[in-house]
Amino acid sequence: MKIIIVGCGKVGQKLAQKLGAESDNDVTVIDPKQSVISDVVGQYDVMGVIGSGVNIDILDEAGVVNADLLIAVTGSDELNLMSCLMAKKKGNCQTIARVRKPEYAKSVNLIKEDLGLAMIINPEQAAAQEIARVLRLPSAIQIDTFAKGRVEILKFRVPEDSVLDNMKVMEIVSKLNCDVLVCGVERDDNAFIPGGNFVLKAGDLVSIVSSIQGGVQFFKKIGIKTHRVKNTIIVGGGDTAYYLAGQLLQSGIDVKLIERDLERCEELCQLLPKATVVHGDGSDNWLLMEQGVEHAESFVSLTNIDEVNILLSLFAKSKMQSGKLVTKINRIAYDEVISGLDLDTTVYPKDITAEYIIKFIRAMKNTIGNNVETMHMILDDKAEALEFRIKENSPVSGVSIDRLKLKKNILIACITRGGKIIIPRGRDIIEKGDTVIVVTTHKGFEDISDILEDA
Amino acid sequence: MNIRMILYTLGWVLNIEAIALLPALACAFIYGELATVPAIVITIVLCALFGVPLIIKAPKNKGMYAKEGLVTVALSWVVISIFGALPFFISGAIPNYADAFFETVSGFTTTGASILRDIEALPKALIFWRSFTHWMGGMGVLVFLVAILPLSGGSNLYLIKAESTGPAVSKIVPKVRQTAKIFYSIYISLTLIEVVLLLLGGMNLFESLTLSFGTAGTGGFGILNSGASTYSPYVQIVITVFMLIFGVDFSFYYLILTKRLKNALSSDEFRAYIAIVCVSALTIAVNCRHLFEGFGETLRHSFFQVASIITTTGYMTTDFDLWPELSKVILFILMFVGACAGSTGGGIKVSRILILLKSIGKEIKVAANPKSTVKITMNKRLVEHETVRAVNVYIGTLAIIFTASLLVISIDNMDFTTNFTAVAATVNNIGPGFAGVGPTRNFADYSVLSKLVFSLDMLIGRLEIYPMLMLFAPRTWKK
Repeated sequence: MKIIIVGCGKVGQKLAQKLGAESDNDVTVIDPKQSVISDVVGQYDVMGVIGSGVNIDILDEAGVVNADLLIAVTGSDELNLMSCLMAKKKGNCQTIARVRKPEYAKSVNLIKEDLGLAMIINPEQAAAQEIARVLRLPSAIQIDTFAKGRVEILKFRVPEDSVLDNMKVMEIVSKLNCDVLVCGVERDDNAFIPGGNFVLKAGDLVSIVSSIQGGVQFFKKIGIKTHRVKNTIIVGGGDTAYYLAGQLLQSGIDVKLIERDLERCEELCQLLPKATVVHGDGSDNWLLMEQGVEHAESFVSLTNIDEVNILLSLFAKSKMQSGKLVTKINRIAYDEVISGLDLDTTVYPKDITAEYIIKFIRAMKNTIGNNVETMHMILDDKAEALEFRIKENSPVSGVSIDRLKLKKNILIACITRGGKIIIPRGRDIIEKGDTVIVVTTHKGFEDISDILEDA
Repeated sequence: MNIRMILYTLGWVLNIEAIALLPALACAFIYGELATVPAIVITIVLCALFGVPLIIKAPKNKGMYAKEGLVTVALSWVVISIFGALPFFISGAIPNYADAFFETVSGFTTTGASILRDIEALPKALIFWRSFTHWMGGMGVLVFLVAILPLSGGSNLYLIKAESTGPAVSKIVPKVRQTAKIFYSIYISLTLIEVVLLLLGGMNLFESLTLSFGTAGTGGFGILNSGASTYSPYVQIVITVFMLIFGVDFSFYYLILTKRLKNALSSDEFRAYIAIVCVSALTIAVNCRHLFEGFGETLRHSFFQVASIITTTGYMTTDFDLWPELSKVILFILMFVGACAGSTGGGIKVSRILILLKSIGKEIKVAANPKSTVKITMNKRLVEHETVRAVNVYIGTLAIIFTASLLVISIDNMDFTTNFTAVAATVNNIGPGFAGVGPTRNFADYSVLSKLVFSLDMLIGRLEIYPMLMLFAPRTWKK
């Protein structure tokens, strides 16, 4: 697939990295800065063109005429839309634009079709969605949904003294009588797709596949709280906070918003009449105490400064009895350091944006012979969970799973058949029309047959 | 620095060299030169002995950054030259190892300078190997490696950058590996076309192959003591055309293949290159018309010699040392100009000269009107300040290396023209110079020290200075 990426910020670079690594993509990036282009071209398998994404000569040089897709992710909404429009006119390719201004959020959907946009991505809204999902099931660190929301992959940390400590993966079903499947374990810096004999330890980050009820039951049995949070404190009143508060209030969660700009506070007050908007500096710990951080069930730091967010979350953690923490991180790239801080859930809006777009592209390829329905990056980006639809005469159907010759590091995690969810065991058989969720450390699978050992 | 990855890559380079020696081995059997067989076999075994253990386990950390890229390329070239010299040395064809090393470096760097007084006395297998080094060195061993090996992602661009020529190396398609493959496909195809054309001219396969290798890499090792002077006019014309073809940026051919002829022809560098060739050849033809019978023959010789020198090949059809001063000086200037960036040729490169001339123009404009904003453009595109700076420093550095080399080799007490053109001919990867190292003479009379200096100059010229200098910078090896 020929892809043009306009704008080489964090999202653009992440996309260049991920898309360039896939063998059948020809990626060209456009950015006005020479230094950025030479960095990206040097690091990833992409071509670079220096210039503006709305200059028709530059688009031409990037090969817009033959392109299949243009992704506009510059810092400016207007430029992104303009660039997509021109690409559409010139090359008749699919286009994706990042549009982030809340005032555009609704109006853009109105003209989406006229502009010929295949997808509009709003990083703040996407991040808010992720956070809201986590707050609805606070015990999980990460939640990814499949099969139209009926199946989830939940990531959680095994607590000290849990029944799971020192338990073999194969014993979970018999001992706890729960229909869940462990599809990944992260320990130290390593990620495993565990076999039946793998022994879990306290402190492991475990990802399980289950139906929504199954997950709740499982959490109850291992002694983790499952009810959604009743209230939350959000520090920082930016766009993400606005979207998040809106979603939380809708599902009946009390929201307290702390913002230090008075004008913005007044604005938020009008936009979110049900929320408590507090004018003050979130980094003032006296203020946080006064606002009841000790008794809050969740705490979300969404200021524009990553370091402040991290410190705020650590402070809240030290004061809260048992609350859910969510920390937004925009720029810092030190994953290893941050995951060592035990911050609960961290949200990277840029990664989410990139992931949404890649998902969309996989789905787009779907129409040209690729069968991925949904895709999520799990286990700290070290593995992918992919949902495939099984077509007629698929090589994996009609044989029990334990007789399929799978490649290494592959797990068939879930089968959905006509709305029914099957957590597969060796005897189960995949049938035509099913959707199957596969967890793998391989990259770039496009069809369910990719999971089989090459004949 | 990721030493494991560097060693791993070096291992592959050695294995490729072992494989590259096989055609020469076949040659030895075909021509019944059984005496040279052991020398080649021993070299192959030695290459594999060092090469195979290094590649058994791929390092976990495959990070290749700018520094690793430069060091890998420089080390690879030194190592292939050290091993590539063994067949000459072990077989006794070149009894002195320093001489054999000089000859091999001259081969890989596509210089074509020789220490052999009598080429025809060499076994055919070794003549073949000598020419084959040109072909390998022309496009580069590491470019080949990147094309065939699925190494890690885009960072291999650093390898290609360090090995390819010109001020701004870039990809022609998004994938580095694909880019390398395209370059090699074009390279192989063009070489084959030349082989066929030479065969049609009545040459035998051995001659066609070796001469084509020498042309493709813009090397210049001949197989006869008389160079190319005894070949038919048809053969000389074919070689002239192909020398010029291999002196052009390879992305030029990619543009043509992808039907973007207009873009290809609008390249400033290509136009300047053609203009320089034509003007120089015509001037020389007029200047030398009394030396040959008829203007046609004069033109043939002048074009051949101009092509040979500007592309830094170094073949010769006539002893141009006997030409009038004007012609000799033109050739001497062309030695420095060199071929186009991104070609297999050496020298400073036409694009660098263009940028230099344009910056001089800019300086004059700014001096006349200090407040005016002047920017340099190439192909109607702005040239980044960074590139201009790099070009200026490159030429400055080259001048310093030139001077230092001249100083060291002057110990041998040769005359000034010989010394001066000898350094020019090696650092620009041409081969023959004037006077004592003229087209009919060779480098045999220099001392071992001078030969080592020349070898270094050739490597510096081929790899465009910095990779080699990196090897000698203490900072590179500091932990």
